[in-house]
Amino acid sequence: MTAVVTATGISLHAAGRTILMPTNLALAAGELTVVVGPNGAGKSTLLKILAGEIAPASGSVLYGDTPVSAMPPWRLAMKRAVLPQSVQLVFPFTVAEVVRLGLDGAGSAAERLDMMRRALAAADVAHLAARNYQTLSGGEQQRVQFARVLGQLMAGGRSEKHLALFLDEPVSSLDLRHQLGLLEHGRRLAREGVAVFAILHDLNLAAAYGDRLVAMKGGAIVADGPPRVVLTDALLREVFDVQLKVGAVPAGPFVLPHPAAGAAA
Amino acid sequence: MTTATDMPGESIDAALARRRLRALVLFLLLAAGVVIVSILSIGTGALALAPSRVVDVLHAVLTGKVPDEMARDALVVVGIRLPRTLLGLLVGAALAVSGALMQGLFRNPLADPGLTGVSSGAALFAAGMIVFGERLAAGTGPLPFVTLPTAAFGGALLTTFTLYRISTRAGRTSVATLLLAGVALGAVAGAITGVLTFISDDRQLRDLTFWSLGSLGGATWAKTATVAPAILPVLVAVPFLARGLNALTLGEAEAFHLGIAVERLKRTAIFLVAVAVGASVAVSGIIGFVGIVVPHLLRLAVGPDHRVLLPASALLGGMLLVLSDMLARTLVQPAELPIGIVTAAIGAPFFLWLLLAGRRSLAS
Repeated sequence: MTAVVTATGISLHAAGRTILMPTNLALAAGELTVVVGPNGAGKSTLLKILAGEIAPASGSVLYGDTPVSAMPPWRLAMKRAVLPQSVQLVFPFTVAEVVRLGLDGAGSAAERLDMMRRALAAADVAHLAARNYQTLSGGEQQRVQFARVLGQLMAGGRSEKHLALFLDEPVSSLDLRHQLGLLEHGRRLAREGVAVFAILHDLNLAAAYGDRLVAMKGGAIVADGPPRVVLTDALLREVFDVQLKVGAVPAGPFVLPHPAAGAAA
Repeated sequence: MTTATDMPGESIDAALARRRLRALVLFLLLAAGVVIVSILSIGTGALALAPSRVVDVLHAVLTGKVPDEMARDALVVVGIRLPRTLLGLLVGAALAVSGALMQGLFRNPLADPGLTGVSSGAALFAAGMIVFGERLAAGTGPLPFVTLPTAAFGGALLTTFTLYRISTRAGRTSVATLLLAGVALGAVAGAITGVLTFISDDRQLRDLTFWSLGSLGGATWAKTATVAPAILPVLVAVPFLARGLNALTLGEAEAFHLGIAVERLKRTAIFLVAVAVGASVAVSGIIGFVGIVVPHLLRLAVGPDHRVLLPASALLGGMLLVLSDMLARTLVQPAELPIGIVTAAIGAPFFLWLLLAGRRSLAS
């Protein structure tokens, strides 16, 4: 598989504290990588360094063969998109205007309109297009941001062969149907060749949708592999400091997603 | 914000087309408004001229054929009224655009050069130049006029930069810190200006009072020609920041993700605000509230897209300031009110209304 993003020996310190130990990680085209770990494990820092938002104290991040540090922001924006946890606006932009931000300067007006329409539909927010973003619920706002990010990927895909998508706890504000829908969409993008990187807290969702699970603790990667291999009783104890049994059926009722059964998109 | 939610069900193209049409109509109305208000302003004063007469005089002057019976009117129009009206348009445009820029930069609809102390900082430096400038340049005669705008620009730049550093932590700008820091910086600048008042002579004192209240009085072609080369380039440059400012409304990290060189955008915006405010304060003193009222009205009318907002702010700002100047000249005839008092009398209640209407969203 082709590595879209390659990080070698990246680390970060702040105020004498190590936030990220020297880390190697490659994101492959067609793979959905899920990062799990307790608060303060360095997951968001890793995402920010990979996305080019902050520079590591040591090491390098390459997109293809090009170092992130050698690319101007507009160039990087064609190669990767980032979905933040939540975005609030102080000005009354409409949903269509927010999504359009991801499409600025890409192709003709008609092409942009077409991409906007597809992005809105894919994120299930087409019916909100003319609404004021500020009046939407948190979950609706998050889906609008997802539409913006999808639009940015479509715009980038016009000239770039390999794309990366970063999702920072993307589902925390969504209802169950849209949680599954967003992750389903992330996996579909991976199948189309995008390297997808997602931070998730829900281990069941991580196991269900991740092709690859990366567990972090104390600023270091402690396990990396298919969910089946990574998710063990020992790992849960070591990384999350909880006594849980993987795959053992609890006494009470429980609900698990089965992505193969076809989640709502 | 009714504009955004008029018709939730309409199609995307229809919604976009409707916004475009609104923007077009707005620009036509504003352009017409600027022309009408300018003609009224030129006709207002001790020598009252009907609008048709103003048009005739301007036409005669422009074509270079002024009949004798028109000579007196032409003298008043060209020598006094026209430079004052043009100065009002320039200063109003500069203040309104500075307000819109600061609001976009701080992601806060309450940022304004007057409220945040930037104008006070500019006035302080201008005052310092009035009081100390001639002493420093002792013996070399009167200072060239350009030293005053330069000093005001330095004050505006320093204040804007300080404000930004104080109120922004880790890429997030705090509303409360911004306003409080603005009040504090304004108070410090005001206090030092007060000391300068204390040690100034009579002539300097008159100049200082003029600065603290704001006025377009004493507008001359020389003043207009000095600030035009500072303000016009800002007005031309500002639309190029529109796309970046739109992206910046999502947040600094998000704007970077969208491909915006955020630090450069912020530095450019700060520089442009400092130039525009510095030039305005140098020729007209502190004129408050234009920068907050104008962009807010426009957001209500056509939405927050900076590509429309910034140029529209320039037009509406110029128009409102010339209108305020007409009021300042006519309310207490034959005396003249400082224009800063007029804009404050109109703008302050508006600002209060804005605070009350947005009380909940300000809680953060």
